[in-house]
Parts: sequence; structure tokens; C-alpha cells
Amino acid sequence: MPSVGTPPAHRGSRSTVRSHPTATYVVRRVIAAISTLIFVVLFNFFLFRVMPGDPIALYTKGRNVDADQIRLLRAALDKPLGEQLLQYLTNPFSAGVDSVKYNAPVWEVIGPHVWPTLLLVGTATLIATTIGVWLGIRSGWNRGGHFDKISTNVTLVLYSMPEFWFGMIILIVFAVGMGPVPGLFPTGGLTTPGVDTSTPAGWLDVAWHLALPVTTLAVIYLAEYSLIMRASIIEEAGQDYLQTARAKGLMDAMVRRRHAVPNALLPTMTLVFLNLGFVVGGAITIEYVFSISGLGSLTVDALSGPDVPLLQALFLLFSAAVIVANLVADLLYGYFDPRVRT
Amino acid sequence: MSTSEIHDNPARLSPRGIVRMRRRAALHKFTRSFRHSPSGMVGLCLLGVFVVVAVAAPLVFPRSALDVTQAIANPFQPPSWDYPLGTDDSGRSVLALVVWGARISLLVGLAATVLSMVIGTTVGISSGHFRGWTGGALDRVTDWFLVIPYLPLAIVLATVLGRSMLNIIIVIGVTSWPGTARLIRAQTLSVEGRPYLERAKALGAGHYHQMTRHVLPNVTPLVLANTTLAVSISILSETTLSFLGLGDPDNVSWGSILEQGFQAGAISQGAWWYLGAPGVCVVLVVLAFNLIGRAVEGILDPRAAGR
Repeated sequence: MPSVGTPPAHRGSRSTVRSHPTATYVVRRVIAAISTLIFVVLFNFFLFRVMPGDPIALYTKGRNVDADQIRLLRAALDKPLGEQLLQYLTNPFSAGVDSVKYNAPVWEVIGPHVWPTLLLVGTATLIATTIGVWLGIRSGWNRGGHFDKISTNVTLVLYSMPEFWFGMIILIVFAVGMGPVPGLFPTGGLTTPGVDTSTPAGWLDVAWHLALPVTTLAVIYLAEYSLIMRASIIEEAGQDYLQTARAKGLMDAMVRRRHAVPNALLPTMTLVFLNLGFVVGGAITIEYVFSISGLGSLTVDALSGPDVPLLQALFLLFSAAVIVANLVADLLYGYFDPRVRT
Repeated sequence: MSTSEIHDNPARLSPRGIVRMRRRAALHKFTRSFRHSPSGMVGLCLLGVFVVVAVAAPLVFPRSALDVTQAIANPFQPPSWDYPLGTDDSGRSVLALVVWGARISLLVGLAATVLSMVIGTTVGISSGHFRGWTGGALDRVTDWFLVIPYLPLAIVLATVLGRSMLNIIIVIGVTSWPGTARLIRAQTLSVEGRPYLERAKALGAGHYHQMTRHVLPNVTPLVLANTTLAVSISILSETTLSFLGLGDPDNVSWGSILEQGFQAGAISQGAWWYLGAPGVCVVLVVLAFNLIGRAVEGILDPRAAGR
């Protein structure tokens, strides 16, 4: 995208904008992403303030909070709404209130939990897209065949599973052991206590701990990706240009690999990004089941109480991550498929 | 058959009667095609079994079977003749829990879907019908809700609203409508371009009349196909939210059984029957709705068949 750098919108002249369809497209996508982000911030701010009842009660529900803290909270919440909003906007992550449970600024609580989640979700998504796309191509290309029937039915069943339930069953079978099968994998956590994660042995230990949760997530996600890829390849299979490619005398495998798959991959890739919200949901419950101390476990932890400031910050973080990922997907799509840049 | 009847005695039928007859014929055609879809019929039968179980729950197990204080069996007992699905951590029959859980899981799933469909269809038709400012704004809001990750949003909403059955229905309904709205909007835009709508406008039809009498009947088949698929998502959502402890504390649902089992250490006890039974039920019901939804979609939109 060579002309992306300087969006010409601020020059004001309409004709300039029109002559750069790419720039218009980029500007429009960026503005859409920013507007969504603003909406999330405002929604997050007002949700906990417009609800009926005492916000202090909501903030401190189920905990012993000393009178000083309550006075501080009340002072913070009794300020005019505009002033509160301004304060919130300057630093949304602090929300003017510390995490109640950890007695520390929300951002400091969240920081160390980011890496485990990225590691888990990243690995699982990578595995799931690779296998899912492969499955989708194979079953979509020979639609109605033997492989397609089995693969579609299996993916439909996987697609109907709550991911955390699948995780629990996997845990019982492979970590606790069932009948004669001994438990082979750890029941939770990310490392064995005392193992140094900076050594190769430490990495192996992490991999051993991640094996079950990553498998669980990957299996659930790959169902989704394979269904999408299959639909996409079926859509392409009816196109005229494939007929032309065949008429040229190309081998079937060649038609598939060089002509159908690249075109079918495009919508799949965007959908993979659009599904990130769904991926985040899976991470929350899976981390909880496998007691991995990532953002998901932190969310569940913040629920009991509830630790409202922490919950608000996590919601904002998850939303921002998904919004940015969507923007990247949109821009990449525009780059790879010039047809959408109009 | 009904088409010929219409032509045979046009004088005897009111316009409304003709419409009714035409709809009956369409329905007849639809059921005939549906019966020829094996996977759709499998889904329907599966669903039928669960509906019967849910309705008949009080006849099979008295409500007292759910009472922890009246449980007499040993905790974490594997399946046996007396307890076909074993017992839970307080000695209750897991079978009784699962049978009673079917009621809440199905009820919440269906109610939340209805709410989500009503919001989605209203927003979808309005944003497709009203061009300009109103439509644009509605479209923007749909976009926002489409992008916001679903589970964190549901968690935040459920925390603010508190735990009850009505609230969990509201949370699922309010978070799952944007997909429907997007679909209905696209369909509305294509219907709006057709000549009969122009005719209605020329005859002085108002916005409300246009939307309810002309657009709505045309998007209804799409709404129905979408509904069956949406129910499966609602049931999965209910299970997830209940598992995270955000469900109705007074009623047993499949998600709340899983939550309780997980909290009570069913995993380290190796109590596969305790966690397995409610999960298998969720998978079967969700699968049933997915199969039916795909079959309906295939009939209404033959191009999509087999996808």
C-alpha cells in the first residue's frame, strides 16, 4: 500500500479524495474503527453509572471495604458526570479507581497476564487455521464425496460443543486418567513451580503444560475455519475462470492450487479476523478450566466480587484488541482485493 | 392444488383468503422438501426427544430430586442401575439434574433467540428502509455491536444486571442481534428495489405499512432460517454464562450443572458422568438446531444447499 502514508482527506478537496480510492478506503476504515472504540469507551463509562441503585454498592459488593476507601470512592463518583468522563477519558485504564481485589492500579494487575493469553491463543489459532483451511479445501473441492461427508459431520459436531466442556473432558481423560489410562499431562497451570522458563528445558515444560489447552482450543476453532473455507471454496468452484483454467488443459490439482484456493482464501482470512471476538470468548473459559493465569482467568477472577474496575478495564482491552485486529483485516483485504476499495 | 382452487372460484375468496391459501401451499411445499432432507429430519427427531423430556420432567422426577438436603445416595457414584448417570457431589441423581436442566436450557435459549430476532429484524428492516441519517445511524450501531467481542460484553452486562433468568435472557438477546440485523438489512435493500414497493408508495402507503406489509413478509423466511441457527448459539451462550457463574442461581440448567461439577472437583475425582452428561445434552441439542437450520437454509436458498 504505497499511498497509504498520507491520507489526503484533510486537504479538503473532494476530487483529491476521489482520485485516491485506496486512501479513501483506508481513511474510512480507520474512522470506523475509531468510532467503534469511542463507542466502547463511552458504553463502558456509562454502563456502570446509569444503572439504578448505588454504584458504590456495585463496586464493593461482597467485600469488606473500610470507610476511608468508601469515602474516596464516593468523592470520585459524586463529581459532576462531565468531570468524571473527562478523567476517565484521560486514562481509561485506571477509571479513577484501583482494582478492588488486588489493591493496585488496574493496568499493573493486567500487565503480567497478557503473555500467557497471547501464547495460548496465538498457538491455537495458528494450528487451527492451518488444519482447518486444509480440511475445508479438501472437503469443498470434492463436495459430496466420502471425505467431505465425514469431515463436515465431524466439524458440525465440534462446532456444536462448548469449548470449556471439551476441555474438561480432555482433562479427565488425559490429565487425571480414566480406567487403565494414566494421566499423562498436567492438570493445569503454565509451568511446573521452580522450573526456569528461560532454559530449553523450561520451554519444553511450558509446551507440555500448553499441549492440552492448545489442542482443545485448536480443535474447536478448526471446526469453524474449516466450515468457512469449505463454503468459500464451493463458492469459487462454480466460477467461470476455473472452467477456463480446465479448458486450458490444467491438471485438477493445479486448478485448485493456483486458481481456486488463492481466491477462496481471501474471504476466509477476513472471517478469521472477524471471529477474533469468538476466539477471545474461548480463551476466557479455557484458561479458567486449565487454570492458566492469563487475561481469561483474570476476567473470571474479577467476576467474583465483582471487581468492577478490573472488569471494565479488561472489557476495554478485549474490545480494543478485536477492533484493531478487524481494522488490520480490513486494510489487508483492501490491499489483496482491489475490488473492495471503491 | 390450492393454486387451481384459486383460479376455479375467484369470486368466493376475499383477497385475504387468497393470501392465506397461497401461504398454506408454500408451507406444504416447504414441509415436503424438508421431509426429504435426512439431516434435517435427524435434527428434528433429536430436538423432539429433548422437548418431550423437558416437558415431562416433573412426571419423571419430582422436584425434590433436585433438593440437596433430600439426597440419600453417596456422592460421586459412577453410573449404576439405580442411578443411570451416577450421582453428583451431594448425592443427587445426575439424570434428574440433566432432565430438569433441559427445561431451563431450552427455555432460556428460545426466549433469548426470540428477543434477539425481534431486535435484529426491527433494526435490520428500519436501517434498510430509512435511507439517510436514521438508517446510517442504525447501521453504525449494528457495526459497533458486531465488532465488540461477545463474551466480554455479555459478562459486563450480566454483572451489572445481576443473576436471574430474565436477566440472562436479556443479556443473550441484547448481545446476539447484530448478525441478524446485518442479514435482514441486506435482504430489505433488495426487496425495497422491487416494483411492487414502488406501487405501494405511489398508492400512498406509509413507512409502517410498507415495512410490515411488504418488507416483513419477504424477509420472514430468512428470519426463520436464521432463528434456528441462532437458537444453537443462544443455548451455547447460556451454558457458557452459567458455567462462569452468571446464570440463574435458583434453577438448574446444563451450564449450572457443569459449573457446580467443576467447582466441586469432578475433574480430579474423574467423575466423567457428572460432567459428561450435561455436556452431551448441550452438544446434541445445539447440533439438532444446527442440522435443522442448515436444512431450512438449503430449502429456502438452494444455492446455499450443501454448504
